[in-house]
Amino acid sequence: MSSAVSDSAPPLVTEAETRVAVATQRQLIWWRFKRHRLAVISAGIVLAFYVVAAFADFIAYAEPFDTEAARSYIPPQPIHWFDADGNFRPQVYALKGKRDPRTFKLAYAPDPSDPRDLVLFGHGYRYDLFGLIPTDRHLLGLANGRPQDAIFLLGTDQLGRDVFSRLVLATRTSLTIGLVGVTLSLALGVLLGGMSGLQGGWLDTVIQRVIEILRSVPTIPLWMGLAAAVPASWSPQRVYFAITIIISLIGWTELARVVRGRFLALREEDFITAAELAGASRMRIIFRHMVPSFLSHIIAAVSLALPAMIISETTLSFLGLGLRPPAISWGVMLQDAQNLQTLGLAPWLLFAAVPVIVVILAFNFLGDGLRDAADPYG
Amino acid sequence: MLTYLLRRLLLAAITVFAITIVTFIILHLPPGDFVSAYAAQASASGTAISAAEADALRLAYGLNEPLWVQYWKWLAMVARGDFGRSFEYGRPVTEVIGDRLWLTVLLSLGAIVVTWALALPIGIYSAVRQYSFGDYVFTFIGFVGLAIPNFLLALIIMYFGSRLFGINVGGLFSAEQQLAPWTWAKFIDLLQHLPVPILILSLAGTAQLVRIMRANLLDELRRPYVVTARARGLRERRVILKYPVRAAMNPFASTIGYLLPFMVSGSVIISVVLSLPTVGPLLLRSLLAQDMLLASTIILLLGVLTVIGTLLSDLLLMWIDPRIRLGQLR
Repeated sequence: MSSAVSDSAPPLVTEAETRVAVATQRQLIWWRFKRHRLAVISAGIVLAFYVVAAFADFIAYAEPFDTEAARSYIPPQPIHWFDADGNFRPQVYALKGKRDPRTFKLAYAPDPSDPRDLVLFGHGYRYDLFGLIPTDRHLLGLANGRPQDAIFLLGTDQLGRDVFSRLVLATRTSLTIGLVGVTLSLALGVLLGGMSGLQGGWLDTVIQRVIEILRSVPTIPLWMGLAAAVPASWSPQRVYFAITIIISLIGWTELARVVRGRFLALREEDFITAAELAGASRMRIIFRHMVPSFLSHIIAAVSLALPAMIISETTLSFLGLGLRPPAISWGVMLQDAQNLQTLGLAPWLLFAAVPVIVVILAFNFLGDGLRDAADPYG
Repeated sequence: MLTYLLRRLLLAAITVFAITIVTFIILHLPPGDFVSAYAAQASASGTAISAAEADALRLAYGLNEPLWVQYWKWLAMVARGDFGRSFEYGRPVTEVIGDRLWLTVLLSLGAIVVTWALALPIGIYSAVRQYSFGDYVFTFIGFVGLAIPNFLLALIIMYFGSRLFGINVGGLFSAEQQLAPWTWAKFIDLLQHLPVPILILSLAGTAQLVRIMRANLLDELRRPYVVTARARGLRERRVILKYPVRAAMNPFASTIGYLLPFMVSGSVIISVVLSLPTVGPLLLRSLLAQDMLLASTIILLLGVLTVIGTLLSDLLLMWIDPRIRLGQLR
C-alpha cells in the first residue's frame, strides 16, 4: 500500500494518520496489541498450548494409562539424530534394564547396538481423533516395535507410564478446566457485576459487600473444605464438573468488579445519554451500545482470570482434593512429585511444573497486552 | 471517624457470621451425619463408642432437629469454646490444634512484614530508576514470582535446597526440638527455620506490591510539585522520600486488608509441601480423613483470625491516613 503513494508528493495529512482516523475500533485494538511484543509472542504460546490440547492423543505416542512394572522410573532418553555412519536418521536406542545386585534398584542403560528408527505418523495405540475419527496414527512412531517400549522423551513414572504422553493429555484437562471455570465465573461476574453497576442502589451495596466479604476471608481453606466433600464414588466426569464449579466460585469477584466499573463509567458517557434521549430501549442500549465498547475489557479480564483458575485446579489436585487419578491433569501429575524421596529418585517428574509456569506467564503477558489494547483511544 | 469504625465493625461481624454459616455447611457436607462417621471411625480404630454416647452427641448437636436449630446449637457450643473431639486423634479439637494455630499466625504475619520490607524499597528503586538494569531484573523476578504457584515454588526450592546445598528446608524445628517444651533454645531454633518458608510465602505478594508501588510512584514523580521541590534545591533523596513516596504509599497501605487472607491461604499450602507444623497439613489430613469437626474448626478459626487481623489493620490505616481519621473518606 505504501509503494502506491510513495512517488506522489507528501500529503498534508500523512497516510498513517488517515488510516487511524478511519480505522474501526477492532483495527485500532489490533494495532495497539501488536505493539506489545511480549503479548503477541504469548498469544502464540497460548494458541500452541490449545493446539496441543486439541491434538493431545495424536501428539502422545504412548497410551497414558499403560502401566508396566519393567518400565518403572526410566530417566528421559534423548533422540539420536544421526546413525552410526553419520547419516541423518533419527533413532532411539533400546533400553536394557539391570537390577543392581546390592541395592536392588533397577538401572537402565541404552543399547547402541539396537537402534530403533523414528518415523512420523507411525502406528501406536488406538484412539478417536476429536472423539470422532478412529485411528492409530501418532505424530511419532517407530519403524519397528511399539513406541511405548523404546521412546521415553521425558522418562516414566513409578508405574512405568510415559511422562511425555501423560503431560500432553494433562494439558487438555488443565486448560479446558480453566476455560470452563472462567466461563462460569464470567457468567456470574457479568450477571452480578452488571446488576450492581446498572441498577445501583441497595442491590449494588449488597453485592459490593458480598464481594468485600469474600475477599477478606482466606479462601483456600474454604475451597479445600468444599472440594473434600466431593464423594469418592463419583465418576471422573462428575468430579471434573464439581471441581470446575468450585474454582469458578473463586474467580468471579474480580470479573464482577471489572464489569461493574465499566457499566458505571459508561453510564456517564455522552453517547449513552444520546441513545437514551433518542428513545432507545434499555436492552438496545446495553447490547447495541454498551457491550461492544467494553467487550475488549472483558476479554482482557478473562485472560487475566484464566491463570488463577489453572493455579487453583493444579493446587487442589496437587493436594489430593481436586481431580483424582485416573483423571490426568498437571496437578495430578505433580502429586507424584510431592516428596523429596521421589524427587531424588526421579527428578524428571518435576517436568510437569514447566507447562504450568509457561502457560501462566503467557496468559499474564497476553492479558497485560489485551488490557493495554482494550482502550485504544487512550 | 466513628462512622468508619462502626462500618468496619459491622462488616467484620457480618463476615464472621458468613464464615460460621459456610463452616457449618462444610461440617454437614459429607454424606451421613458426622456423629455416624465418628462412630464408624471409632469402631474401626478399636475404641468403639456406645450407641448411648452417639445418641448423647446427636442430642448435643441437635442432629434430629431442623437445620437452623442445629446451626444455633453448634454456634452456642463453639461460642463457649467447645469445638468437640477429633475422632482421628481421639482428643479434643483444641488440644490437637494447640500451638499450630499460633505458628500459622506467626508465619502469615512474618510474611506480611517481609513483603512490606522488600516491596517498599524495591518499588521505589524500580520507579526512580525506571528501565534500568535493576528495574528489569526486579520486574522479571516479579513476573516469575506471580507465575509460579506457591506450592511449586516450595517444591522446587526444597528440591534444589537438598540437591545443591544438602540442606533440608522442611519443618520449623530441628528434630531434637520437635517435641520439646517451649524454651529459649527452641525459640531460637524456630527463628532459624522461619526465613525460607516466609520468603516463599512473601514472594508473590511482594511481586504484586512492587508493581503497585512502582506504578503509583511513576504517576507521582511526573507531578509539578516534584519539579517545584527540585527547583527549590532539595536534595534528590529528600525530594523523593518526603513527598511522592508518601502519596504513593496510600493505595499501598490499603492493600494490607487483602494481603492477610492471601498469606493465610498460601501458608496452608506451603505448609503441606514443606511439612511445617502449622494448621495446614492438619487441615488437609482431617479433610482427607473426613474428620469434619477438626477440619471445620480449623477453617472457622483461620477465618475469624483473619477477620480480626483485617480489622486491626483497618485501625492501623485509620491512624496512618488522616483522610479516614477526619471522616473524609467513606
